[in-house]
Amino acid sequence: MKRTPRQPMRNPLLEATTQRRRAVLAFVLVVLAFAVLGARFAWLQVASFDEFHTRSEANRIKARPIVPARGLIYDRNGRLLADNVPAYRLDAVREDVEDLDDMVARLREVIELSDEDVETFLTTVRARRRFQPVTIKLRLSEIEVARFAVDRHRFPGVEVVPYLNRRYPFGELFAHVIGYVGRIDAADLERVDASRYSGATHIGKAGIERFYESRLHGQVGVEHIEVNAEGRVLRVVGREQAHAGQDLYLTIDAELQQAVVDAFEGQHGAAVVLDPRNGEVLALASLPSYDPNPFVSGIGRQAYAELLDSPSRPLFNRVLQGGYEPGSTLKPFVALAGLELGLRTPRDTTFSSGAFKLPGHEREYRDWRRGGHGHVDLKEAMAQSVNTYFFQLAVDLGIDRFSQYMARFGFGQPTGIDLLGEASGVLPSQQWKRATRNEVWFPGETVIAGIGQGFWVTTPLQLAQATAMLANGGVQRTPHLLRASQSGFDAPQVMEPVAPPGEPVVSSPAHLAAVAEAMVAVLHGPTGTARNQLAQFDLDYHVAGKTGTAQRITRRTDVALKVDELPFNQRHNALFVGFAPTDAPRVAVMVVVEHGGSGSSVAAPVALRIMDAWLRRNPA
Amino acid sequence: MSALLYRWRHLIGPPRVDIPLFLALLALIGAGLAVLHSAAAGDMRVVWSQAVRTGAGLAALLVLARVPPARLRLWAPWIYLATLALLLLVPVFGTGRSGRHWLYLGFFYIQPAELMKISVPLMVAAFLNERLLPPRWGTLLVCAAIISVPTALIAIQPDLGTAMLVCASGVFVVFFAGMAWWRIGLLAGLAALAAPIGWNFLHDYQRRRLLTFMNPEADPLGDGWNIIQSKIAVGSGGTWGKGWGQGTQSRLEFLPEHTTDFIFAVLAEDFGFVGVCAMLALYLFIIGRSLWIAANARDSFGRVLGSALACTLFVYVLVNGGMITGLLPVVGVPMPLISYGGTSAVTLLAGFGIIMSLHAHRKFRG
Repeated sequence: MKRTPRQPMRNPLLEATTQRRRAVLAFVLVVLAFAVLGARFAWLQVASFDEFHTRSEANRIKARPIVPARGLIYDRNGRLLADNVPAYRLDAVREDVEDLDDMVARLREVIELSDEDVETFLTTVRARRRFQPVTIKLRLSEIEVARFAVDRHRFPGVEVVPYLNRRYPFGELFAHVIGYVGRIDAADLERVDASRYSGATHIGKAGIERFYESRLHGQVGVEHIEVNAEGRVLRVVGREQAHAGQDLYLTIDAELQQAVVDAFEGQHGAAVVLDPRNGEVLALASLPSYDPNPFVSGIGRQAYAELLDSPSRPLFNRVLQGGYEPGSTLKPFVALAGLELGLRTPRDTTFSSGAFKLPGHEREYRDWRRGGHGHVDLKEAMAQSVNTYFFQLAVDLGIDRFSQYMARFGFGQPTGIDLLGEASGVLPSQQWKRATRNEVWFPGETVIAGIGQGFWVTTPLQLAQATAMLANGGVQRTPHLLRASQSGFDAPQVMEPVAPPGEPVVSSPAHLAAVAEAMVAVLHGPTGTARNQLAQFDLDYHVAGKTGTAQRITRRTDVALKVDELPFNQRHNALFVGFAPTDAPRVAVMVVVEHGGSGSSVAAPVALRIMDAWLRRNPA
Repeated sequence: MSALLYRWRHLIGPPRVDIPLFLALLALIGAGLAVLHSAAAGDMRVVWSQAVRTGAGLAALLVLARVPPARLRLWAPWIYLATLALLLLVPVFGTGRSGRHWLYLGFFYIQPAELMKISVPLMVAAFLNERLLPPRWGTLLVCAAIISVPTALIAIQPDLGTAMLVCASGVFVVFFAGMAWWRIGLLAGLAALAAPIGWNFLHDYQRRRLLTFMNPEADPLGDGWNIIQSKIAVGSGGTWGKGWGQGTQSRLEFLPEHTTDFIFAVLAEDFGFVGVCAMLALYLFIIGRSLWIAANARDSFGRVLGSALACTLFVYVLVNGGMITGLLPVVGVPMPLISYGGTSAVTLLAGFGIIMSLHAHRKFRG
């Protein structure tokens, strides 16, 4: 049974009366408000007309932006890496041009314009306001400037404008460090304060130019100009100077950078050279590279497509974004974990039969030498790169302790270098596998993780940072590229504050010394994998290092593959990590040579050449 | 198909509009496009795009004029929920220069906040129609919820001007429904006490605008610039104006936002006090005529909704006119049907479609 709600009856007549009365009231209020508004207009427009008329006549001062000069970029020794050179560009103001298409057609008879230039110009000119100048072409040649000057009267509204153009004198040598500036586009304006960029044409797009954009750009100035009623400029009333951007001094050494590229002898790959004591990046190379200069004045679509589609991927920054299997270069860190967690002493030995099996499992995990290496201690295991030693150690550690300790070296997370786009890599762990693949961890995966294979992905920068930690008493220093800055040429250079050092990841210096000694044996020991490489050098110091050969194919048979017989793109990546001199390390190096074959024969000599180039020029 | 056509047959047929109101709206639109032509420095693309949008708004008006108010009342909850859903999408998918206001619907952009200016009063009116009038505290509480949820969502976008208008449109409905004066007085008193607390929730730029409003000359290059330049534009227009397209304040770009929020200053500069009075008279006629149609509507729903829509238009004119003459702080409220902006024009005209429908269905028909 439905209950009738006990409430008063509605009274439609009363409702209508109230509502009509309110509508009338509202109309009275509206009329009153309009009367007030009208009175206000009367006061402004009729009573105060003379005052506002005068002010409107006097209102002829407009502000025009002055674009600041972009900060210069130097290497650590003051060598100029990014320069501003005077150049001329051609601008057009829409409202002063009668017929755009006709103007462009006639202009093409005087100045060479690509279809792309024209297309870009026509789309931008429609997006901008009618009185704003829009660039038709950047970097006119002297001949073009002269030819336009002769015909100038035929092109009302088109002007040659001087500006400062960015130039990278070393071309492709520093492309992956410095990056480049390019024309400001809509996406850039989303992320910056547009008023700081009024009048500006360029903005940092990649590398240092992008990361330190706010410091390099500087403070825009204002010029107050008087205009007549048509908006023509009559005179400059006053100006507030623009402040040039900061000059930046990088940690990079230009000569060493050149030495690094030379050491590769045309091979592809990546190298990072760090000062382990403070995290300064002395050289950073990703090969092949590209010339950043065409990007400044707008690289053509075809040229850009060629760079993008090139199989060797010159635009790809291998140091920051390249994901490599660390392979045997991980062994020093695994060995240190064994010592630190008390599972091994340097004297403890493991027997290598050539094939390692987990109890109760059939699958064999192989050493690189058929028949095995026999009983090996830490030093021999490192020198000969004995897989079995590290298989057993990884199993003894267990995957959880293993990944926890490896994380302390920074694997699996960005290093925090002052460049954008750094990859995290993959630090294998149970959590990682569950989170990304939703699968449980298998014991066999612990075994191969012990020799830097399986799920492992590291960037060259991560490996370089971890190696530098071995050289620096287990203390992490964030890799960085900015050393000092200067505001104006007569101001003092100000050293950049450095990120505080991390907590040491080793409890005993003896553990670190044992690992370093084992790494010395890789190069200087009688059985070391890279012992033959030292012959061509005349070293008066010791080098600690570790070679690695990251496989690109799975070895299914016992047949040892000969690298030279493989197709080029299936060859292994050759890796090397190391530091020198061992008594007081001043340089840590990571080298990867793509498709290079074995780490000992290909990557080690490259790394040794790099270290020698630095240590010879910078004696302690 | 034919069944569907049959069902919607009432939407097709000769227009059922109030001729005087319709002519006044056309006059307003025409004047608006002429001022826009001057404000956009003769850029016909801007004028055409606004003309197309106004055309769409007029189409919406003609269709809505044929929808019986009773049907609108039944749809109200769905319309309200749909616009609320769109509004909730804005923080996720929205775009905009200073905050997220716009939603891209595949082929055009809309501001869901603008749609709320119709769906909130519609929802409140539909709800009140079921209740005993004048409303008591319980009813008022539900109304407050209907109004405050979208208002809060718009205020955090942040778009204080639109939030204020949406809130006002809902409050007007409650007022016209006959809310007792003592309740109004009590709530107004409480609101006055709460105002200092609200100050803390304002964005920095909003506080700055309020402070600048108090003393614009203190900051003649920053926020005060807009108010000063707008007053110069209005004042220098004088009695007869500088002539169409001759306003230097607008042409030399001294006047900010001169196609949108400050377009009425362009009108005042070009056409002077005479032009301003003509426009104010036109607005007054439109508001008065709308109130008259609403008062003669068939039921409570029509009366309160129509009156509220008319008064919302009034708030637009008052706030925008007050802003450009320096009577009120700078709030982002456009001058209705004159400022450049698509969603605003379409929603305003759709609102007039509802008023036309009240007129067309004012009597019981067989």
